[in-house]
Formats: sequence, structure tokens, C-alpha cells
Amino acid sequence: MIGIIDYEAGNLNSIATAVRRLSVEVRIIRKNEEFEACDKLVLPGVGAFAPAMRQLRKKGLDAAIHSAVLKGTPLLGICLGMQVFFDRGYEARVTPGLGLFKGKIRQFDTGVKVPHMGWNQVRHNGTGLFAGLPQDCDFYFAHSYYADGVDADVPCGKTDYGGWFVSAVEKSNVFGVQFHPEKSGAAGERLLRNFIRQG
Amino acid sequence: MLAKRIIPCLDIKNGKVVKGVRFQNLRVMGDPVEHARYYAQAGADELVFLDITATNERRDTVVALVGKLSTTLNIPFTVGGGIRTVEDIRRLLLHGADKVSINSAAVATPQLISEGAEVYGSQCVVVAIDVKKTDGNQWNVFIHSGQTDTGMEAVAWAKKVEELGAGEILLTSMDCDGRQEGYDLPITSRLAAAVNIPVIASGGAGTIRHFADVFKLTNADAALAASLFHTRSLEIAALKDFLYQKKIPVRRMYAEAY
Repeated sequence: MIGIIDYEAGNLNSIATAVRRLSVEVRIIRKNEEFEACDKLVLPGVGAFAPAMRQLRKKGLDAAIHSAVLKGTPLLGICLGMQVFFDRGYEARVTPGLGLFKGKIRQFDTGVKVPHMGWNQVRHNGTGLFAGLPQDCDFYFAHSYYADGVDADVPCGKTDYGGWFVSAVEKSNVFGVQFHPEKSGAAGERLLRNFIRQG
Repeated sequence: MLAKRIIPCLDIKNGKVVKGVRFQNLRVMGDPVEHARYYAQAGADELVFLDITATNERRDTVVALVGKLSTTLNIPFTVGGGIRTVEDIRRLLLHGADKVSINSAAVATPQLISEGAEVYGSQCVVVAIDVKKTDGNQWNVFIHSGQTDTGMEAVAWAKKVEELGAGEILLTSMDCDGRQEGYDLPITSRLAAAVNIPVIASGGAGTIRHFADVFKLTNADAALAASLFHTRSLEIAALKDFLYQKKIPVRRMYAEAY
């Protein structure tokens, strides 16, 4: 069963529906005790870094996520859900993240339109989340911030938007994508299926 | 490279798809969910649903439709029409809309844009701007389905909504809408160059060439059309092949089974 973590930061319906379309059982989880029953976890998220971290802490979900990761449960962060995996977010002020990966979340400042909105190509490593997907496959993005200063062994996908940025990460059982697989048509469905097969 | 988006727009009245010709003489053209499913498979990059129902029951009808759409669609969709409060925005997003499009209410209550962007993020706040050329070389912003001239100059308003936190602008030329003679290149070009957020060009698509023109000659990020797609006069796959040959970046469709 896939647990989708609800911390009141955005729409869970889209991701829940997308996973259900793959004939996989979904449970929306809001409390630590609910993590147990799930063999995989998804952390979605739309909106801003600081309020998202505040919500995760307030509900004690940050600790639950850390212990699930330590136990080896595959975890997929989507969009803001991936961003909070990093050390710090730089928005109005600096906010500590979950610290699963080294790096900071900062705004695009390369003269490109912000938000980065629409379908863009992901140059990926062809395995794990991207197994079976064509190189430079398009996924749907809607974000203004990206992960910078990421350790070299973590990225599994990158995207060109006024320069290359890390659009997908993977390290042992922790996966993150900056784009929205649940909104990325057939390619997104394949990526979600690849995640479901992990572990 | 970021792809230029092709967006079919479905005008919804009493739960059915309609398309006006110059904002009048609406005719019924079918079931929104059926259209949506077709377009997602046909290669549309995104869909826009504009609810033009004027009754009190409208809100509930739209929310129910949004729920059905979100279980059907695997591409993003925007919902607009009659959004007046942050609560309206909340309900639509909660039921699965990816973005909301605000038009008249953004003019009446500009803080709706900033509040929506603050709570839900800029990426889900689209401001729809309907423009019409007035005397000289100026375009004004019209509201209430094009009935009322606000007297505001379009580019100035576009910059204002960007500053307030809008994540995207849906620019409709009332002069071109329904005529199928091409997008309004002068105002699209001018407005898209003035802001640093994505702009969707709307109104006037009649042939495959019009899409190439709007992408080659303006800085628009997406092109929206309705009748042309609903009547199947233009297939999205053929449109994308054409744009690809013209070296315009588009999302190429991959086979469902990899």
C-alpha cells in the first residue's frame, strides 16, 4: 500500500488518483502511527517551503519520515515534497529542511520566466525511476525554486531552463522529482509505476 | 528546452461544452469529460475550462465537474469563471484543479491575486485578461465577458498582476476571438515582452500556421484554441508535427506502452 502524506500543503487528490489509476491501494496518512501500514510513501506538496516545513514539524511528520527512511521504506517527494528533502530553503528567509540531502532551495534568477511552467525535458540515467523511459522525455513542471549545490551522486535527472538544474534525485530508498509525474501523461504514469516497483 | 504548450479551451455552460463566436450565440457541443479524455490522449499539453453559467447553482455544478475531471485527466487543467473569493479558489483546487483563472474579480479585488498566490502559490493563479483595441495604438482591459471597458491599459494591468503574484496570464483578444484569422500578434507580442511570467495567447486561431506565427513572432509560452479543436478541424498531433518541423519546441507524444 502506498501512503500519501497529508500535511495540508496542496492537493493530494491528483497524486492519489494517479496512483489509484495504476491499480495500487492508496492511504492518505496524517499521523505517525499510520506510516506502519504503508510499504511506500509519497510526499507531495504545492506552495511555499517555510509553511510546508512548519506543518511537517507541527504534526511530528518530520520525525516519522526520518524513521521510515532509516527503515528503508521507499519515499518519493514530488515538487515541494522533493524540495523539503534538502538542508535549507531560501525564500523570504532561510528555513531548515528535512536534511535528507545536501543542498539549498533557491529561486531561478537567470533571466528566465518564473514560474518555470509547462513541459520540459529530463535528461536522466535510464534506471530506477526512469527505467524504460526515452531519453529527454518531457514532464510537467510548475515551480519557481530549484535545488542548488546538490552532491554529485544524488541527481538522476537534470533539466535545462536557462542552465541545467537538478530535476530528479535518488539515493538508496529516497527519490525526488521536481516535476509532477501525476500530471505528466503516460510518461508520468510509467515513472510512478517504476517507483511502486522499488524496494 | 521548455516546450510551447497547446491548450484546448472548453467553455462550459450548465455542464456542457459550448463555444461562442465573438462572445455571443453560444451553441452546445458536448460533454466536458468526454472532450477532456479525448484531448489528453490526443496530445494536449493542458486544458482550460471556463464556466460561463450564470445561475446560482453554478458553483456546485463546477465543483462536481472538477472532481470528475481530476479523476479522468493525467495532464494539468485550469478552471475559470465566476471566481470571486479565496474560498472559491480553495474549493476548486481541493477538488483537483491545478490552477484557477481569475478575470473580472481580479480587477474588482486585486488582493484576490495576492491572497491566492500567498496561500496556494503563484503557480496556480492564472489571471485572464480580455483585451480590445481602443483608439490609437492602445489595448484596454474588458471585464464581465467583454461587456465592460475598465479603461485600464492592458500592459500596465499585466505588470500589475505579475507584481501581485499571478503565475501566468491568459491573454484573450476580443478583436480576434471567434474570427479564426490568427492570434492578435501586436498585443501578444507587446504584453509577453513586458512581463516575466508565462503568457497564454488566446483568440483567433483558425489554421495550423497561426500557431507557428504566435510562437515565432511573439514571446507567448502557450497557445489556446477552442472551436478549431472541438470540431476536429485540426488534430493536435498534426499541429505538433508541423510546429516541430518549424523548429518550435513542443512536447512530443510517446507511445503509451514503453
